[in-house]
Amino acid sequence: MKAVNITQPCPTWLEVGRLQDIPRQGARVVSFEGENIAVFRTTDDEVFALRDRCPHKGGPLSQGIVHGRRVACPLHDWKIHLDTGLAVAPDQGCVARFSVRVDGDMVYVQSPSSVDGD
Amino acid sequence: MNKEHLIVIGNGMAGMRTVEELLKLDADLYQISVFGAEPHGNYNRILLSPVLAGEKTIDQIMLNDEQWYSDHAISLYKGQKIVGVDRMRRRVWTDEGISANYDRLLFATGSDPIILPLPGSDLPGVIGFRDIQDVDRMLEATKHLRHAVVIGGGLLGLEAANGLLQQGMSVTVIHLMDCLMERQLDATAATMLKSSLEARGVQFSMAAQTESIRGDRRVEKVCLKDGTEIPADLVVMAVGIRPNIALAKHVGLHCERGIVVNDTLQTFDPRIYAVGECVQHRGKTYGLVAPLFEMAKVCANHLARIGCNRYQGSLISTKLKVTGIDLFSAGDFLGGNAAEELVYQDAGLGIYRKVVLRENRIAGAVMYGDTMDGSWYFQLMRTATDVSDLRENLLFGQAHNLGDSGHGPEQRIAAMADDAEICGCNGVCKGAIVSTIIDKKLFTLDDVRAHTKASSSCGSCTALVEALLASTLGGDYSQATDRKPLCACTPYTHDEVRATIREHQLKSIPAVTQFLEWSTPDGCNKCRPALNYYLVCAWPGEYADDYQSRFINERAHANIQKDGTYSVVPRIWGGETTPTQLRMLAEIAEKYQVPTLHITGGQRIDMLGVRKEMLPKVWGDLAEAGFVSGHAYGKAIRTVKTCVGSQWCRFGTQDSTAMGIQLEKMTWGAWTPHKFKLGVSGCPRNCAEATIKDFGVVAVESGWELHVGGNGGVKVRSTDFLCRVATSAEVLEYCAAFLQLYREEAHYLERTAPWIERVGLSYTKQRIVDDQQGRQQLAARFRDAQRYAQVDPWAERAAGMHAHEFMPIRPQKVSANAVPVAAGE
Ligand code: SRM
Ligand SMILES: Cc1cc2nc3c(=O)[nH]c(=O)nc-3n(C[C@H](O)[C@H](O)[C@H](O)COP(=O)(O)OP(=O)(O)OC[C@H]3O[C@@H](n4cnc5c(N)ncnc54)[C@H](O)[C@@H]3O)c2cc1C
Ligand code: SF4
Ligand code: FES
Repeated sequence: MKAVNITQPCPTWLEVGRLQDIPRQGARVVSFEGENIAVFRTTDDEVFALRDRCPHKGGPLSQGIVHGRRVACPLHDWKIHLDTGLAVAPDQGCVARFSVRVDGDMVYVQSPSSVDGD
Repeated sequence: MNKEHLIVIGNGMAGMRTVEELLKLDADLYQISVFGAEPHGNYNRILLSPVLAGEKTIDQIMLNDEQWYSDHAISLYKGQKIVGVDRMRRRVWTDEGISANYDRLLFATGSDPIILPLPGSDLPGVIGFRDIQDVDRMLEATKHLRHAVVIGGGLLGLEAANGLLQQGMSVTVIHLMDCLMERQLDATAATMLKSSLEARGVQFSMAAQTESIRGDRRVEKVCLKDGTEIPADLVVMAVGIRPNIALAKHVGLHCERGIVVNDTLQTFDPRIYAVGECVQHRGKTYGLVAPLFEMAKVCANHLARIGCNRYQGSLISTKLKVTGIDLFSAGDFLGGNAAEELVYQDAGLGIYRKVVLRENRIAGAVMYGDTMDGSWYFQLMRTATDVSDLRENLLFGQAHNLGDSGHGPEQRIAAMADDAEICGCNGVCKGAIVSTIIDKKLFTLDDVRAHTKASSSCGSCTALVEALLASTLGGDYSQATDRKPLCACTPYTHDEVRATIREHQLKSIPAVTQFLEWSTPDGCNKCRPALNYYLVCAWPGEYADDYQSRFINERAHANIQKDGTYSVVPRIWGGETTPTQLRMLAEIAEKYQVPTLHITGGQRIDMLGVRKEMLPKVWGDLAEAGFVSGHAYGKAIRTVKTCVGSQWCRFGTQDSTAMGIQLEKMTWGAWTPHKFKLGVSGCPRNCAEATIKDFGVVAVESGWELHVGGNGGVKVRSTDFLCRVATSAEVLEYCAAFLQLYREEAHYLERTAPWIERVGLSYTKQRIVDDQQGRQQLAARFRDAQRYAQVDPWAERAAGMHAHEFMPIRPQKVSANAVPVAAGE
């Protein structure tokens, strides 16, 4: 009756903090078990989380300028879609993204150990 | 919901460019159908000439094949001519009886070649030069026929003549005037062109009027008014084009020479737009692609309902696509009537240039033989730059004027090897650029930048990339418009945006973007830093800096490095230090285990490899030791480089070190459009390299020489001499005034060197040297702004400002069921 997928580990969630801890049009670095996650907040208070490594040469995306649902990597100006993790054409590449939940003003991000790598 | 239906009449260059631009803006808005009379996908009509000359194949000039249409869910009806439009019922139908309803209709019907109504012009063997079919017929003719006659010695006629000649025919060009291409060339250039075509074998009948074309079943000869008869198996009529407005007229759209449109490319029927050669805009029709592409951009903007872009007409330039003949023409090249002409001619080398000036601005230019600088003249012309200061060397070209550390004119673009590196920043070679232009069908500099990265960084190779575009595409290509928008979010220019900020007292980024109807919700990483700067400059002390609109270096007040760590460069006033200072720096470096110390090119010490979260601590210690930020990260005052001067040096005439320190104390902390560097040398030996600084001071016996607009970076430019002053108080005043003028009038990311070239040294002199009162006002405004700017950003942050910027979050792990499930999942 109920299909249970036993190969998929149960996701673990990280409590990142309050929404207002993340600057609008900005990001915070969430550091967890040696891995950096960039948690972005857009003008419209949408929150997205990506691995903090640009698909180009590993630049810290958390340090980029957030505009619309995009971030511009600070090292060589690739633009990355926050919602898909894909590079904006014509650049090609993809960065891992993590699920985000916002409850009231608390922000949760799915832990990296529970999602597949890039 | 059903999408609105957009129907495009005409599958040519302007129509499809509009569709491409529209897809970029909003791919989902319309269901699109395209009707094209020609039985092909969309191809690059310009390149028919190289196809005729056997240098390219039809496959190579296709822009969008049928796959492209289906990929974008566009219905393509090729070989279908629209013959009727019912504007009441919003319906079109074709000659084969297919019909469709539209919500919006786009006319892009191009032009028809003019076929002179001569006796015999309807004989088989008489054709125009417009489409693939014409080229096919000409190529077919070259296989078994010998004599070709081209009527018309304009751009198109000469390209046809050259192509037919390359294919082995004997070719005679009949031209009504006694000068070839009289609409683009003056007599000298036309004569040079004619002799080089003659040398290739083209024959000419000049000042000749065709009376009739004769033949039995097909053309056999062309007869001129003076009785001459020229044998002809093929006659190409290239006497001009006429906007194709038959259909538009027939359905009652207002037409004059072309379909009349307003600045949004809308016809008199608001549901119907028109672009391309069929259009008449502000009384003008166009026959080159660059303006058509500009129209396409604006039209797409309105079709996408963004509605914030206007087409205001174009200036055009022309080149001839005959391999081995370089020819450039733009604007009013004939001169006369209060115009001045600068002429350079070397008959031996086959080089001719003429630049026509009106009131010290370029009104037009003709070039023959060497056209590398054509785009430079055209740029100066479009920006209406005062060229008085360049005048002496204007004819020698850009390289001569700007100084050149890299790409000299001797680097002939065509002769360069495929593996020659064009863009040093991104390591892109000629071959890669050329093949990308061809494979991805690129037309503009921006496209090439996006796809290859070439010229997207420092931009010093821009001219080379433009030359590659021109040589690859053969003919004209779309250049940036004369009014370059600040970024893709807005049609307004830097100057317009700045003026609006002041006039309408706009005091925040959202206020500006809303007032000027930005097309994006919150701008992009190009416009936001620019707007932030413009607001900082316009409202000192009042505007609250938007640090999220600053590049990371300025947000974190340190330079990001390739590994994500930062560098810290404290200010060392005038480059002079003390043992105590050095000892303190050493101690701080050791305490925080700074991996690298480097003596910079700006006479200070760079501490490299500091992790971001440590920055406030390092700064705190530095502040305690008396250091302030060196702004090595900012579009701001960087360094004041000095030499030891009269304190020690046996040649020193003034105390250059003290002067430098005073300058640095006055200027530090100011935000500027681009970085700003100063230098003070104690004598003309100039050990502080003051003549490659944005503001350079060289001491002489009688006082100080002031120099401006130098640059030691990508493109070395030595300064222009501004004036000489006697006292150090004057040095400070002139410096403050110059800085303020630059701050108020340069575009964001425009360094003083290109800025001065744009506005002209004379203008700068007039504002800073001649106008004493103006100078004092500028200096006062600068000093006023400095009251708010000279706050050490490091000390503020060491004390806790923007702490979140520097501290990573260390999260709590929580179990899955503790996390509320978002709605819908
Ligand atoms: C540190 C330093 C090299 C060194 O170790 O000596 C340096 C380092 C950088 N320079 Fe420089 N430049 C340094 C002196 C210079 C000089 C020499 C000078 O100032 O006398 C020049 C040529 C002079 C000039 O600017 O006209 C110079 C011309 C450039 C340019 C080209 C600017 C131009 O207009 O052409 C860039 C690129 C840019 O700004 O867009 C650049 C950009 C950079 C950047 C910011 C590149 C970047 O974006 O990361 C480097 C930052 C490294 C860092 O984190 O510190 N750097 N750079 C020097 C710092 C001087 C200081 O004390 O502040
Ligand atoms: C040989 C040659 C060389 C050129 N060289 C240069 C150059 O070097 N530089 C430059 O800038 N420009 C050049 N041009 C001009 C340039 O090609 C034109 O300006 C450009 O193609 C015009 O674009 P358009 O979309 O307005 O018209 P077109 O490209 O002609 O497209 C119009 C299309 O509409 C179709 N059509 C018309 N009526 C109907 C209808 N009722 N129903 C369906 N379809 C219809 C036509 O068949 C045609 O395919 C050259 C042109 C030629 C012919
Ligand atoms: S410090 Fe300057 S010259 Fe050296 S690599 Fe960086 S940008 Fe290039
Ligand atoms: S590392 Fe991000 S653009 Fe190069």
